[in-house]
Amino acid sequence: MAVTREDVVKVAKLANIAIDETRLDSLALELNAILGHMDELRKVDTARVQTAEGLGSGGQRLRADYGPPDGLASAPATFAPETRDGFVLVPRLATHEGSPERAP
Amino acid sequence: MTAVTEREYEMVVGLEVHVQLKTRTKAFCSCSADFGAPPNTNVCPVCLALPGALPVLNHHAVELAVRAAIALECKVHETSVFARKNYFYPDLPKGYQISQYDKPLAEKGWLTIGELENKTPVRVGITRVHMEEDAGKSVHDRYNGVTAIDLNRAGVPLIEIVSEPDMRSSAEAGAYLRLIKQILSYAGVSDVSMEEGSLRVDANVSARLRGATKLGTKTEIKNVNSFSAVERALDSEFTRQVALLKSGGTVSQQTMLWDGARGETRPSRSKEESHDYRYFPEPDLPPLALDAEWIARVGREIPELPDARRKRLVDEYKITPPDAELLTSSAGFSEYFEAVARASLDPKGAVNWVMGEVSAAVNAAGVHLDEFAVRPADLAELLRMLRDDVVSHTAAKRIFARMVETGKPPVQVAAEEGLQKVDDDSALAGWIDEVLAENPSEAARYRAGETKLQGVLVGLVMKKSKGSADPKKVNQLLPERARGPS
Amino acid sequence: MKAQPARASAAAAKLLAGPLTECVACIREGAAIPADMVSASFDRADEVGAGKDALNIFISTDREGATESAKQLTAHLGRAEPLGNLAGVPVALKDNIATLGMPTTCGSRILEGYVSPYEATVVRRLRANGAVIVGKTNMDEFAMGSSTENSAYGPTRNPVDIRRVPGGSSGGSAAAVAAGIVRLALGSETGGSVRQPASFCGVVGVKPTYGRVSRYGLVAFGSSLDQVGVLGRTVEDASIGMEVISGCDPLDSTSADVPVPRYELEKNAGLKGLVIGKPREYFPDGLDPRIAQECERALDAYRELGATVRDVSLPHTSYSIPVYYIIAPAEASSNLARFDGVRYGLRVLSERGLNGMYEETRARGFGPEVTRRVLLGTYVLSAGYYDAYYKKAQAVRTLIAQDFRDVFASGVDVLFTPTTPTPAFELGAVKDAYEMYLSDIFTASANLAGVPAMSVPIGDAAGLPIGGQIIAPHFGESVMFRAAFGLERALAGNFVPGEQDA
Repeated sequence: MAVTREDVVKVAKLANIAIDETRLDSLALELNAILGHMDELRKVDTARVQTAEGLGSGGQRLRADYGPPDGLASAPATFAPETRDGFVLVPRLATHEGSPERAP
Repeated sequence: MTAVTEREYEMVVGLEVHVQLKTRTKAFCSCSADFGAPPNTNVCPVCLALPGALPVLNHHAVELAVRAAIALECKVHETSVFARKNYFYPDLPKGYQISQYDKPLAEKGWLTIGELENKTPVRVGITRVHMEEDAGKSVHDRYNGVTAIDLNRAGVPLIEIVSEPDMRSSAEAGAYLRLIKQILSYAGVSDVSMEEGSLRVDANVSARLRGATKLGTKTEIKNVNSFSAVERALDSEFTRQVALLKSGGTVSQQTMLWDGARGETRPSRSKEESHDYRYFPEPDLPPLALDAEWIARVGREIPELPDARRKRLVDEYKITPPDAELLTSSAGFSEYFEAVARASLDPKGAVNWVMGEVSAAVNAAGVHLDEFAVRPADLAELLRMLRDDVVSHTAAKRIFARMVETGKPPVQVAAEEGLQKVDDDSALAGWIDEVLAENPSEAARYRAGETKLQGVLVGLVMKKSKGSADPKKVNQLLPERARGPS
Repeated sequence: MKAQPARASAAAAKLLAGPLTECVACIREGAAIPADMVSASFDRADEVGAGKDALNIFISTDREGATESAKQLTAHLGRAEPLGNLAGVPVALKDNIATLGMPTTCGSRILEGYVSPYEATVVRRLRANGAVIVGKTNMDEFAMGSSTENSAYGPTRNPVDIRRVPGGSSGGSAAAVAAGIVRLALGSETGGSVRQPASFCGVVGVKPTYGRVSRYGLVAFGSSLDQVGVLGRTVEDASIGMEVISGCDPLDSTSADVPVPRYELEKNAGLKGLVIGKPREYFPDGLDPRIAQECERALDAYRELGATVRDVSLPHTSYSIPVYYIIAPAEASSNLARFDGVRYGLRVLSERGLNGMYEETRARGFGPEVTRRVLLGTYVLSAGYYDAYYKKAQAVRTLIAQDFRDVFASGVDVLFTPTTPTPAFELGAVKDAYEMYLSDIFTASANLAGVPAMSVPIGDAAGLPIGGQIIAPHFGESVMFRAAFGLERALAGNFVPGEQDA
């Protein structure tokens, strides 16, 4: 199952990383080279293996339903790239481009 | 016009209901789960997805989820697994939602709809109940050109209840939703309010020729914010699908948004981006292991569910099944009723007042029953005053209205407003004389033998006394006073 | 590091070069003051050329903050509560451990200047025990690498030989200890990132059992593999550091509620009767003969100490690297999704709205190796490939873990292997991604199985340090340290790291 240039485009889209056109072919080659080594695993018979989900058994430890949470030394407005009135701002989604605006 | 067309086709509906669990804190961190705080103030390293932060599951959220699953007749698994659902959205801080995928909390439940509506009962299968976390809120219309993100809601615990495609009409879908809401409210799992966003519905709908066994291609309707909107959206989408099929077209599997104002569904503009969520087991959370004995105990501790309560109310208070149905439509009202009925020893009166005056007043005030000014004990007292003839029915309604405004007990209101029954002859005689004097022509005709005017005149006396006059006594006194003191 | 006027006393410099216990004892008795230890550490950094233009050990340092904490410690002296086991000890932290008051960049552009508003559990434990944080060390970006060449802030160089890499990804922490700037540093492990640089720099590096140490505040790479580890000058130093950071944490669901033994009590326990397994898969025919030779010497030392050496087999060892390089990138692709330019860190705006912002922020914020692994991880999780790669890798991982369980159940107390297939290589020498991945060939299996493992200096090849690896069963840190103490003492004098210029 060789990774194609189109696969790289698709995966980059899923991972939200812009990839330069000129890098697509070489990335496909690199991923193929790495995945080629992974194909070793096909030799292993795992038909009867019961995969353990997560390490350390005994199940998940739960917490009681009360606070306070682990605190923040400074509010989000001090580290977020852009904020207004406590909101974190991002460019509007293309799907909401047509949304009406309230008076500022 | 569509009726004929649609008769050949059958609607097939499955519903995905998201319900917010009634916990104090979020699912995976100890931030408050309350609504209404200023934006991004109920946040911490975990729900902001700061680098290095890790989730720890809320025990109470698990308990409520298990309670819901049992109330919906599901089999709760002793081991379930959390998984990451990966996608980018600005109000999804981690870039994945912690959910459950191939090993959900509970599966294979069911509930029966139609009984309440006196229709043929329909059993609707519940495919699964799983736990997940909510995303934050994206506000698109507040500022020019940007989306504003508030993460207070991010990480609040939810369950998703997925039904089988067992419903065949929008009415059945509505009945299913009302029943789910009722059950979860009784079980104390959630506030189940669509207005407050603690209950959200996505509807999957497809159309097929009647008699066909294969399911048609479905669409998923989102953005529906009330049960009646769900029903209208289903009808509208079904009509659209049938029209497509009739004209030889095909339905394409897609997400539709409900536009309530236009009364139509339209395709979601969000790019479907192949929707490859890349689920895999959440490595930050070991499998959730629940002890069988603990699951059983949670089941035993579930508060009485609506079905059981309906039957008990009929048995215990000798009220009619339709009355019991009305009362149990809400857990709060049936509890209020029971308190009034027990204290007043007048179940029939309690039914009438709770479903009539109380329900109207609560709706008018737009408050929760818990916050309603008239407490059950006070209403019971009022019913006792009525039964003991201390107040007239008219006066009782006036007293109740004042109780709603002031929260004062009925005895106090009656005294303050002079609404206790007046059977003192001299007071009554005074009011009657005034009425006769103020309405000379009616008085004359009455005296001349037009006895059918008796009712009119008694009514005027009652009105003058603001309802406090004892009508029986007025009826007795009127002929005597009309004859005149002479 | 900035040049500072105040030079530490010679006494403090000597304490910094000596065992931790001595330093802590002097501070508790008031014979040394913590602020002098901080000065000694910064002086030593200047002396060895820790700065950007030479060894490039730190991404950030905080002399003022460290001096302030040191003064507060002094103020606490003599109060009712005794100072902890690291009183006044300067400690360096790998830059993927969330720290208040200093940036936490993970060696990445995407977190340039980001200061964490909360602190990792391990850092809280260090501070509670009197440690003084002097700086954040350089690393491969998001811990993805084995040479510390993949840092957005330039490569770190090996103090033993400046032409060579210090290993990675905790290269800065290993170099800081090897250069004598600190006695103790924290690193992190996903596939060998503490043990391999420890081996390359000639220091002790410990990866605890998965779940032994809280991951809260450790920026995630491969969540099911990640553990915070320690780098120390000696086994004893490392054991003290390990004990301080170990223990169950309510903020980490994967941390284990298992009592933490006193590791340093193993110091004089002796090795009589200990069974040391020598897994044949870790001694392949092509193994660097200098490494093979030093390992044999170590095994001989064990025999002389009264231990038994037994040939054993871990048959699925050769699959460790393929399994590791599926699972770790898969988890990383998801863990790194939070770096989206929305709430913190780098944001690059684009004409293409929100999606453009995501794509440009991540394209510019991530270096080539991180990009490669995120794409690889996304690929192996994507529809149609999940079963063939991720699910298969998890199944083989189970077999690898079973190998360890079987061998330990057969009566073997610990395993002994080389830590790395080669000594430290020159900067730029390894260009192929997969060839670099093979640096983890002897270490990744312990992460996959979740068992504890550590690297101890056992000798050198023409002056280049060589490490031997001790692997123990789950929560078997005590026996692991016992084997390490014994080996260190037996080999004493053969190679003392940093000695040449100390």
